[in-house]
Amino acid sequence: MRAVPFVLALVVVACAIFGVGRAIGSSYAFFLGYVVVQYIVLGTAWNILGGYTGYVNFGVTAFFAIGAYSTVALYKLVPAMPLPVMVLIGGAMAALVGLGTGYLTLRLRGVFFSIATLALAVVVQTLITNWDFVGGARGAYVLRPKLAPLIGGEYVQYLFVVMLGLCVIVLATARAIERSSLGYGFAAIRDDEAAAEAAGVPTLRLKLIATTLSGGFMGMAGAPLPYYVTYLDPTSGFNLNYAVNAIAMPLIGGTSSWLGPVIGAVLVGGLQEVLRVTISSAANVLVAGVLMVAFVILAPQGIVGLFKRRPK
Amino acid sequence: MNAILSGLLLGGFYAAVSIGVAISFGMLDIVNIAHPAFILLGSYAAFIGNTVFGIDPILAAIIAMPLFYLLGMLVYQVYYVAFERRDDQSLRGLSFFFGLLFITEVTLVMIFGVDYRLVQASYIGDKLTLGPLELPFRLLVPFLVSMITVVGLQLFLSRSFLGRAIQAVAQDQLALRLMAANPIRIKRIAFGLSIATAALGGAVLIIIQPVEPSIGREYIGRVFAICVLGGLGSFSGMVIAAVTLGVVETLTATLFGPSWSPAVSFGVLLITLAVRPNGILGR
Repeated sequence: MRAVPFVLALVVVACAIFGVGRAIGSSYAFFLGYVVVQYIVLGTAWNILGGYTGYVNFGVTAFFAIGAYSTVALYKLVPAMPLPVMVLIGGAMAALVGLGTGYLTLRLRGVFFSIATLALAVVVQTLITNWDFVGGARGAYVLRPKLAPLIGGEYVQYLFVVMLGLCVIVLATARAIERSSLGYGFAAIRDDEAAAEAAGVPTLRLKLIATTLSGGFMGMAGAPLPYYVTYLDPTSGFNLNYAVNAIAMPLIGGTSSWLGPVIGAVLVGGLQEVLRVTISSAANVLVAGVLMVAFVILAPQGIVGLFKRRPK
Repeated sequence: MNAILSGLLLGGFYAAVSIGVAISFGMLDIVNIAHPAFILLGSYAAFIGNTVFGIDPILAAIIAMPLFYLLGMLVYQVYYVAFERRDDQSLRGLSFFFGLLFITEVTLVMIFGVDYRLVQASYIGDKLTLGPLELPFRLLVPFLVSMITVVGLQLFLSRSFLGRAIQAVAQDQLALRLMAANPIRIKRIAFGLSIATAALGGAVLIIIQPVEPSIGREYIGRVFAICVLGGLGSFSGMVIAAVTLGVVETLTATLFGPSWSPAVSFGVLLITLAVRPNGILGR
């Protein structure tokens, strides 16, 4: 499928999903749908760097929370700002942090980047905890408007639409990367960076593009969060679950194609919700970690890999 | 002055926490980011030994060490079969350890809850006063235990046959195989050792401060900052780095407040990676 029909197809699917949600009419469906779509965005964003170039970012929570907290700050400064603008600003902030971290650590072996991102999550949390304007350790309240602008109905529907739109953009970007020379450059870095460098691939520049895009999308995924939870404190904003889910979902679904994170997010997100309702909330957290370890050991190509025919 | 001193002692403790990573990451090239989770496991082992059986936390850790050694060998075996042999260490190997970290943390939460746990020992409240200097035993005992561990391991690695074999694996695995030794077996032993040190590290951690399951994450940045700053695989460099970080962190806590100290290790890590990736004593 060419790029334009693909985007149109995505938009049609997104509209259909929203239509079904409207038909069901319960706000629970929208709250659940928001979480799953948020994980599709987060997982795909992680996959742009992790899956395509092979550089593992453990600091998902840092980028996600930068997006969320930039919304909190903007909400306090300019309460009337429309949400999509906040999403863009949050994404830009996270992208800048991604670029900076990448610039400092990507010249070295990949593991140093991974370790730096792990530590980055702790440091951003320290900064936010000490920043009183956005609530510090006490947390911040964000009032969710009663009605959704433009589309009417409950505000959560509007949040869902924004996230769905974001999802279309991220998936279209991921697929466009896969089929462009950028994607081939990323794959060359993943398979053998030294050889890629020797063959004239501008590895550092490509890696920086990947970290910036990936960080930016993670920030965008986090930006609507304050309106969704209405109360945000550092412990919940930096919950390790976001990082584990964002990494587990692409690995479970398959990292080589844009479809992998989608499958992973729908499957794991759905399973978690079922477990949360039926067993307990501690078990639903565990499932992503256990599944991730099981998949990396037993099915390294993920679910997508299981259905691909092995090359002879 | 007392801040610098307690920073020094704290640094000694950081050395005990980092030594396992110095072995696994520095010598075996296994990026075990789950190491802090094993340290917490050690803390809880010491906690159980202390509260259920009423023994000293450090003694409890020494009793737990063989178990940790076996656990480490098991983890390495899985890692080797699933990732190292397939030459897939970076993306999936790292995710594997990240998954282990997370599973351990959540399991600990499910068993012990998120409350802070601490241990009882006769020496914990006391302090040694030398003129104007005050040395709390709460920091002094961990410092001494750490130094004994570091020196002991250093002697083991440089004097014993097995220790030299481990160093040989670190230098040239292929050469070892050509000399008809099995590098995998030696690496398994070394990784077991690295996890066994986590039991001790965990016991001294719970002596220094109360412990709850998510505290391990704070130590990831610290531990790797120390190992990178010290130059990978060098024990003396690691001790210098650990003490430096301990002093800087304590000074930061006294000058700006304790909520800032987690940021120190990250700053140190980033600066080291950007300026001198081989560490202070690196080549």
